[in-house]
Amino acid sequence: MTIRRLRRAGKDKKGKQMADFVSSFWNVYVMGLVALSLLFCVFILASNMTKREEGPVQLHGHVWDETIAEYNNPLPKWWLYLAWATVIFSIGYLVVFPGFGNRQGIFQWSAIGQYESEVAKADERYAPIFNKYLEQDLLTVAADPEANAMGQRMFLTYCAQCHGSAAQGAKGFPNLTDDEWLHGGEPDVVKTTILGGRMGVMPPFGPALGAEGVKDVANYVRSLSGLANDSLRAQRGQELFAQNCVACHGAEGKGNQALGAPDLTNKSWLYGSSEATIIETVTNGRVNQMPAFKEFLGEAKVHLLAAYVLSLNKK
Amino acid sequence: MAAKTKHELIERSVFLMIVLTLLTISVGGLVEIVPLFFQKSTTSAIDQKGNQLDVKPYEPLRLVGRDIYIREGCYNCHSQMVRPFRAETERYGHYSVAGESIYDHPFQWGSKRTGPDLARVGGRYSDEWQRAHLRNPRDVVPESNMPAYPWLDRPAKVDDIEAKMHALNKVGLHKYSEEEIAGARAAVEGKTELDAVVAYLQGLGLALKNVR
Repeated sequence: MTIRRLRRAGKDKKGKQMADFVSSFWNVYVMGLVALSLLFCVFILASNMTKREEGPVQLHGHVWDETIAEYNNPLPKWWLYLAWATVIFSIGYLVVFPGFGNRQGIFQWSAIGQYESEVAKADERYAPIFNKYLEQDLLTVAADPEANAMGQRMFLTYCAQCHGSAAQGAKGFPNLTDDEWLHGGEPDVVKTTILGGRMGVMPPFGPALGAEGVKDVANYVRSLSGLANDSLRAQRGQELFAQNCVACHGAEGKGNQALGAPDLTNKSWLYGSSEATIIETVTNGRVNQMPAFKEFLGEAKVHLLAAYVLSLNKK
Repeated sequence: MAAKTKHELIERSVFLMIVLTLLTISVGGLVEIVPLFFQKSTTSAIDQKGNQLDVKPYEPLRLVGRDIYIREGCYNCHSQMVRPFRAETERYGHYSVAGESIYDHPFQWGSKRTGPDLARVGGRYSDEWQRAHLRNPRDVVPESNMPAYPWLDRPAKVDDIEAKMHALNKVGLHKYSEEEIAGARAAVEGKTELDAVVAYLQGLGLALKNVR
């Protein structure tokens, strides 16, 4: 490639990526101003290298309030030499670090380069540890206290915002310690959930059932787990449940992990078990999502996270 | 009196003094700030390697959400710039690049990091989480010390959306078409401030979301 074509592609003679000014004018502009500033500093300092002269003290020539005058002594030596040192330092800096126009500096330093070497160093150190666990079976990892300590630290960084710092969950966000699972608690399923995320969707039944119908269903749902309910309403609700809800929640309300439909007969409630909350859920439906972590964290970290979650459910 | 020294000349002429002072103090800006307006990486949607990024001007609803973000002072605690440190990229994702912010007027990079950085918060949590969290952070994160924003559950202001978009067309790289501006009101109508903020947050940082 000719130099001109390389330039057009934003590369220099050696085909390296050039600093990305829209025109080479800005390179010259920066170099010019930097050089001028440096020369200006040199000029100012050089013109102040005066020595104290013999004889009476020199005055500046300004007089205030009739009698107040100002000494015109030379600048202190220590100050002057420090100022010269800064000039020399800045020249050295521009030689080794980027700053003088497009020049990269002889250290070839860049913020991104520093970052990448930091990451490479960490990968070299940690990758063997992650890979060791990745090769192990999830339940084996779940039984390893060291792996769990790693898993917990990652859980606190990536998962605690929704599932809570003790994995206790929150309204709408599953408790991970109660051994009740929306999508299944088998090791592989837990890992799949973290890798690919989950969508939890319950359609609204308010329009189809009407306010009274919803209340009846809510009472029936409460009866499934032995909570206080209006038995007359529950009886009516059972019929409505059979017509509207069994497709996902099953004939006995046991749920369906393939669909992520909660078991309604246990003590675990995602949004709450009060009649009012159940009415809200049935009327408006629910939509929530567990984000996928495969791309962000990679499989090795997810493996440790899944093992940590499994370790919380040891019977 | 004898001929004026240079020193006296400058000190006794206010105009000359002002000109020279301005010149001196502007050098830093002229060298460090002005060239930024003439760099590809700061003025076009590309990453640090020059790859094209999928960065678009904010849609109307997100634009409204962004203004609420600024109004509520979210930037007082949340930065939007993942620095190129491993500690940050492990937590948040890919470090921020200038090309991602070309439609941010004013930018929200910030430097006050009381809360987590939000540059890559888009898609990190569900919409439902964002809503619950904005209404009352303690409902989902008991340890949180972020204030609650319950008043966001009210209709978003729509009557200035066209003016806002016209203004951005003037000051930024935005090129909202007349059609987009005409359709803006309909896109925001009926939405709450909470909807707008959540839409804004869910769009943050997607351009480099799944890049390591």
